[in-house]
Amino acid sequence: MSVADRPAAASAVEALGGVDRRPGVPKPDPILTVDGVHRRFGGLTAVNVDHLEVQRGSITALIGPNGAGKTTFFNLLTGFDKPDSGIWTFDGEDMAGMPAHKVARTGMVRTFQLTKSLARLSVMENMKLGATGQRGEGFGRALLPPLWLGQERANEARALELLTRFKLDTKRDDFAGTLSGGQRKLLEMARALMVQPRLVMLDEPMAGVNPALTQSLLGHVKGLREEGMTVVFVEHDMDVVYDISDWVVVMAEGRIIAEGPPAAIGANQEVIDAYLGAHHDAPLTFEEEERQLAEDHARARAEGEGRT
Amino acid sequence: MDWGAIVQNALRAAFGLEAAYFALAAIGLNVHFGYTGLLNFGQAGFLAVGAYGMGIAVTYFGWSLWVGIGVSILAAVVFALLLGLPTLRLRADYLAIVTIASAEIVRLVFRSARFQPVTGGSAGLQNFAGEFYRINPYDTGVYRLEAVYAGGVGPFDVVRVLLALALLWIVVDRLLPGRLPGSRRPRVAPSAADADESVASREVIGLREIVLLAVAAVILVVGLSPVAFNERRMWILTVGWGLVALTSLLVFLLMRSPWGRVLKSIREDEDAARSLGKNVVSYKMQSLVFGGVIGALGGLVFVIGNQSIQPDNFGTPITFFAYAALILGGTARVFGPVVGSMIFWALLSFAENALQQGREAGYISNDFLTSTQIGQLRFMLVGVGLMLLMVFRPQGIFGNRREIDLSVRR
Ligand SMILES: Nc1ncnc2c1ncn2[C@@H]1O[C@H](COP(=O)(O)OP(=O)(O)O)[C@@H](O)[C@H]1O
Ligand SMILES: [Mg+2]
Repeated sequence: MSVADRPAAASAVEALGGVDRRPGVPKPDPILTVDGVHRRFGGLTAVNVDHLEVQRGSITALIGPNGAGKTTFFNLLTGFDKPDSGIWTFDGEDMAGMPAHKVARTGMVRTFQLTKSLARLSVMENMKLGATGQRGEGFGRALLPPLWLGQERANEARALELLTRFKLDTKRDDFAGTLSGGQRKLLEMARALMVQPRLVMLDEPMAGVNPALTQSLLGHVKGLREEGMTVVFVEHDMDVVYDISDWVVVMAEGRIIAEGPPAAIGANQEVIDAYLGAHHDAPLTFEEEERQLAEDHARARAEGEGRT
Repeated sequence: MDWGAIVQNALRAAFGLEAAYFALAAIGLNVHFGYTGLLNFGQAGFLAVGAYGMGIAVTYFGWSLWVGIGVSILAAVVFALLLGLPTLRLRADYLAIVTIASAEIVRLVFRSARFQPVTGGSAGLQNFAGEFYRINPYDTGVYRLEAVYAGGVGPFDVVRVLLALALLWIVVDRLLPGRLPGSRRPRVAPSAADADESVASREVIGLREIVLLAVAAVILVVGLSPVAFNERRMWILTVGWGLVALTSLLVFLLMRSPWGRVLKSIREDEDAARSLGKNVVSYKMQSLVFGGVIGALGGLVFVIGNQSIQPDNFGTPITFFAYAALILGGTARVFGPVVGSMIFWALLSFAENALQQGREAGYISNDFLTSTQIGQLRFMLVGVGLMLLMVFRPQGIFGNRREIDLSVRR
């Protein structure tokens, strides 16, 4: 039985099985390779990634306390921000200095931590905007509908398929601004898929989504891997990370401090220190949180006793 | 007081030269602001560049008027590029600052004594429109809008029939929503947050219908026979309103195409557009050029109609009056700027004439209001009217209230 016959989840796990558990470790078949990417804001070093590889066809979780630099890292890789130094390649193509719209067209599409739905466009218009290579997007050709109507119909059919999959098809003619927060997250993800990307980068896709929708979102993310896409996503909820990721990358203070399969990462001492050092605002797991609270109480009690 | 004359003058203003060239200026702004979200505060500059491009080509270089019009369009394109290149990559407010300043710079350069031999300085330029009036198809005489072609069924009767049909369409569409082909508009899911939503969607006849009904009733019943223009005015008005119709058609076609969809997505969130592979800077530039050229056409209509170019006719107020007309009519609507401009000038004329007559009839004392003050007071009155409109109908006459509600970030 070859790797290709098996579910993508199993093959991704197998491919990453023999990989070392240290920051910057090489992967068997990387789709994204990052080297020496630095970004400073004044005196603050927001991102300082020496080396990172993302395995093709896998779901990679990027975790880390608030302010670790995850969003900035996404911005840099997708052309929304410029690094002070560094290079990265996507599928062998040099991406440094490429403007954001070209990054998207190359097949690397991102979503935003704060959802960006186009409020006064209908859900369907949101979707159709995502299609690339539209003939009707040129000024001159826009005036001659016969040149683009056929393509428009095809895009509409593809959009409707995706909307049905994301259970938004009944909303197709509503303004996107009338959707709930969770539905907007779904729409943003579905819209990103209209670009037909090879790598999808999701910045906190589950944040603010109610638990019922979270489950279906998780299902969709796994579905992307089955379709051969690579997914990198930022997430705070460790249950989600354990559930869907094949590999976990941990950032703290701009650096990548640990990498490994999800089961191994919770036990990593560096990771625990990073989270404990970060104001306890992003607990690793429920048990971790309990343990932290217990420690805090113990310390407080000890200090209280010391003073009396 | 002669109310007949007041209404007649207001109607005349609604179809006059000012309404026509402001409609063009506002259509350009609608492309910039209404569809793309670009804050262009320098539309007066585009009008000036359009006017002077032709004026200088004809009077200084001695070229043909038709070549001059080409120069105007080219000049507007160059002006748009100059404004856009340094600013469109930056935050939205930079364009606003740069455009408002550039429009003033343009005006001051045109009126400066230094360039007087070319631009005519503060006196401006004259004697450039001869070629235009030489091909005037209207014979000498006074033209009443009703009787352009006397006898038989004239084009104006066709306009009347079309108007009646349009009215019927609107009423049927309102009474039986969604039954007519092409009338499907985005639905809004009822939400607990706005309880009056259900009331709003049951509203059958709104302000927009009332305005249309009133205008149509006036035209259908009394015609426009009191509104008369001479043959020269008729000719420039035909061309001016023709350009309004043509550019409106272009805007209509473009804004329902994928090109227009990209512009609207930039208005909503340019980073989202970028993340979906759209070259945002290029589209903003196209929008700036397209709307700027429409503004330049407005400048051309204005000065060819007046047969004179005055630098001080291109001050900053022009831009803000055009915005007022646009917002009055409704942004991001094809006919918003056109109807807005007509109503804006009709209201100004109405306020001025009513005040003037009230003063002459002794209702308003001379001590309270001099005749020169009326010119200023009419703007104040129209301003108050606009404020009331914004309070009770922020979407303008043609706009969609739900869209306006959505534009407030939640
Ligand atoms: N535009 C900016 N200017 C200055 N500092 C910034 C900017 N963007 C992010 N930062 C800082 O960089 C650090 C990393 O932020 P971010 O990438 O948003 O973290 P994360 O997404 O991991 O929570 C934070 O300390 C943040 O305050
Ligand atoms: Mg973040």
